[in-house]
Amino acid sequence: MRLSSILKGTVLAATLFSCGLHAKPVYIATTAIVEHPALDAVRDGVKETLKENGYSGDKLKFTYESAQGKPDIAGQIARKMVGDQPDIIVAIATPSAQAAVSSTRSIPVVFSAVTDPLAAKLVPTLKKPGGNVTGLSDMANLKEHLALIKEFIPNLKAVGIPYNPGEANSVSMLNSAKIVAKKMGIKIVESAAPKSSDVMIAAKQLVGKVDAIYCPIDNTIISAAESVVRVGMDAQVPVFAGDTSTVARGAVAAVGYDYFNLGKQTGEVVVRILKGEKPGSIDVEVAKGTDLHVNPKMAQRMGIKIPDSVLNRATKIIK
Amino acid sequence: MSLYAFLGTLEIGIIFGLVAMGVYITFRVLDFPDLTVDGSFTLGAAATATMIVSGFNPFLATLVGTLAAASAGIVTAWLNLRFNILHLLASILTMTALYTINLRVMGKPNVALIMEPTMLTPFEGLGIPAMYLKVIFVATFAIVAGLLVAWFLYTQYGLAMRAVGSNKRMAQANGIVVNEKVYVGLALSNGLVGLAGALFAQTNGFADSTMGIGTIVVGLAAVIIAESLLGTRSMLIIVMGCIIGSILYRIAVSMALNADFLGFQASDLNLITAVLVTLALIFPKLRSEYKAKKAKRVNK
Repeated sequence: MRLSSILKGTVLAATLFSCGLHAKPVYIATTAIVEHPALDAVRDGVKETLKENGYSGDKLKFTYESAQGKPDIAGQIARKMVGDQPDIIVAIATPSAQAAVSSTRSIPVVFSAVTDPLAAKLVPTLKKPGGNVTGLSDMANLKEHLALIKEFIPNLKAVGIPYNPGEANSVSMLNSAKIVAKKMGIKIVESAAPKSSDVMIAAKQLVGKVDAIYCPIDNTIISAAESVVRVGMDAQVPVFAGDTSTVARGAVAAVGYDYFNLGKQTGEVVVRILKGEKPGSIDVEVAKGTDLHVNPKMAQRMGIKIPDSVLNRATKIIK
Repeated sequence: MSLYAFLGTLEIGIIFGLVAMGVYITFRVLDFPDLTVDGSFTLGAAATATMIVSGFNPFLATLVGTLAAASAGIVTAWLNLRFNILHLLASILTMTALYTINLRVMGKPNVALIMEPTMLTPFEGLGIPAMYLKVIFVATFAIVAGLLVAWFLYTQYGLAMRAVGSNKRMAQANGIVVNEKVYVGLALSNGLVGLAGALFAQTNGFADSTMGIGTIVVGLAAVIIAESLLGTRSMLIIVMGCIIGSILYRIAVSMALNADFLGFQASDLNLITAVLVTLALIFPKLRSEYKAKKAKRVNK
C-alpha cells in the first residue's frame, strides 16, 4: 500500500519534471469546408508563419481536416476539434467557421477566408470583437480590381462575373461589385454556376455581352478557373481574376493578395494569441496585399495588350 | 475519440436518424425511391432559420420548416401520380427546384443562427452542460418521432401503406386508395427530413444552401446498416434501428476523421467512411455464411 503510493508519487513527480523540461507542443487544429488550391494555400500560409515564429517540429502539433464540401461533416469536425482541446482552432471558409464558433465559447477560434464575418454572425463587431473569436476577411477590394481591368480596356462598358449563387462569400462579393461598378459607369453581367461542372457554360453565357470576364474569389469558380480561361481564349475575351494565384492558371492579371499570403496574415493572428493576447481584443481585419501578377502569354492568346503602366509595376510576371 | 467528439457524433447521428426514418418510409415501406430529401433537408433548415432570424418563436419556426419540407414531398408525389413521371425523376426535379427555392427562402446562401434564440434556449438555464443538453434534446425528438412512426405503421392506415409498398395492385384490389397513401407517405418522410434539417441548423448555428448535399446517401446507408445488423423483425425495431444505424454511420465518419495516425490524409475521409460502412454491411453476411458452413460440416 505504502509502496504503491510512493511509486505513484515518484511517477507524478517525474511527469511534472519532464513536463517542465519539454514544454508541451502548441496544438493548432485547422479545418476547411473543402480542399481547393486557394483554401489549401491559406492552411499552408498559417503553418509557414508558425514555423517562422519558431513553432515547428516537436514544438507544434498541427492537424487539418476537410469537410469534403459537406456542412454536416463540418459540424462533426468542429465537435472533434473542440473535444481534442487544441490551443487554437483555425477555421477556413464560412460554414467551417460557423460550425467551430457554435461548438465552443472557450477555445480561441481564428477564422480565415470568410468574406463577410458580420453577416455570418461570427463576431458582433469588427473592432475588438470580444469573446473567443477573431480572424481575417477575404473581402476583395473590387474597386481596385475593376480599376485594373479599366486600365487594360479604357472604354470598358460591361464586365461579366460568373459566380455560385449558393455561396455566401460570392453573393457578398457580387453585391459590392455592383455598387462599385455603378459608380465607375460599368455594367456587371452576372452568370450563375452552382457546380464546378456548370462553370464553362456560365462563362460562355457571358461571351458577346461583356468586354472582360472577372473570375471572382468563389470556391466553385476557382475550382474550375481553367474552364473560364478556355472560354476566354476561344472567344477572345480577356479573363481577369480576384486572386493572384489564378493568374498562374491562366488569368491575364490580378491585383491583391494570394491565399498563401492570407494564410500568413492568419498565422500572425494565431501567433499573437499564442503569445498571450486575447482573441476578443484583436480586430477582425480585411486581408492586405499589393501584389500585381500578370500573364503576358495569356494576354496574347486572349487578344489583349498589357499596358506598360501595368507591366512596370507588376510584382510577378508569369512566364 | 474524446468525450466531446463522441457526444457530437451522437448528436449528428441522432439528427440524421430522423432522415433515415424518412428514407425508410419511402424506400422500404412505399417502395418509392425518393431523392427529394437532399432538398427538403435544406428547406427545413432554411425556413426555420429564416423565421427565427425574423423574430418568430423557434418552436413555431421548426413546425413551419417541417411542414414546408413535407409539402415538398407532396410535390414529388404529385408529379409522379398526376403526370406519370418516373418516381426517381420526379424526386430529382423537386430536389433541383428546391435548390433555388431554398436560396429564395433565405434570401442569401447562408443564414447564421449563432447568436439567435433556438429551441434549446429555454432549456439552457437548467444547469445541464451544453454538450449533453444538445444530445438529450435531439434524442428526445428522435425517440418520440420514432415511436410515433412505428405506431403509425402498426395502425390500419399504416398497414394499408405497407400493403401499397409491397404490392400495389393487390392493395388496390382490396379497396385501398393507393394514391392517398403515397401522398401521405412522402409528406411524412420529407417532414421528418425537414425536422432533421431544422434541428441541425439550430444545434450547429447555421443553415447553408449546400447542407443537403448527400443527405440521401447518409440516410440510405443508415437504413441498410440498421437492416443488416438488426434484421427486419418488427417495425418498432427497424424504425428505432434507423437511429442506431445513423449513429453507427457517424461513428464510422468519426473513426475516419481520427485515422490520420495510420497515414491517411484529410481527403481520404469519404473513402475510409465508405470502407467502414461496407465492412459493417458485409460482416453479418460473412458471419451467417460461416455459420452455415459450420452447420453443414456438423451434419456430414
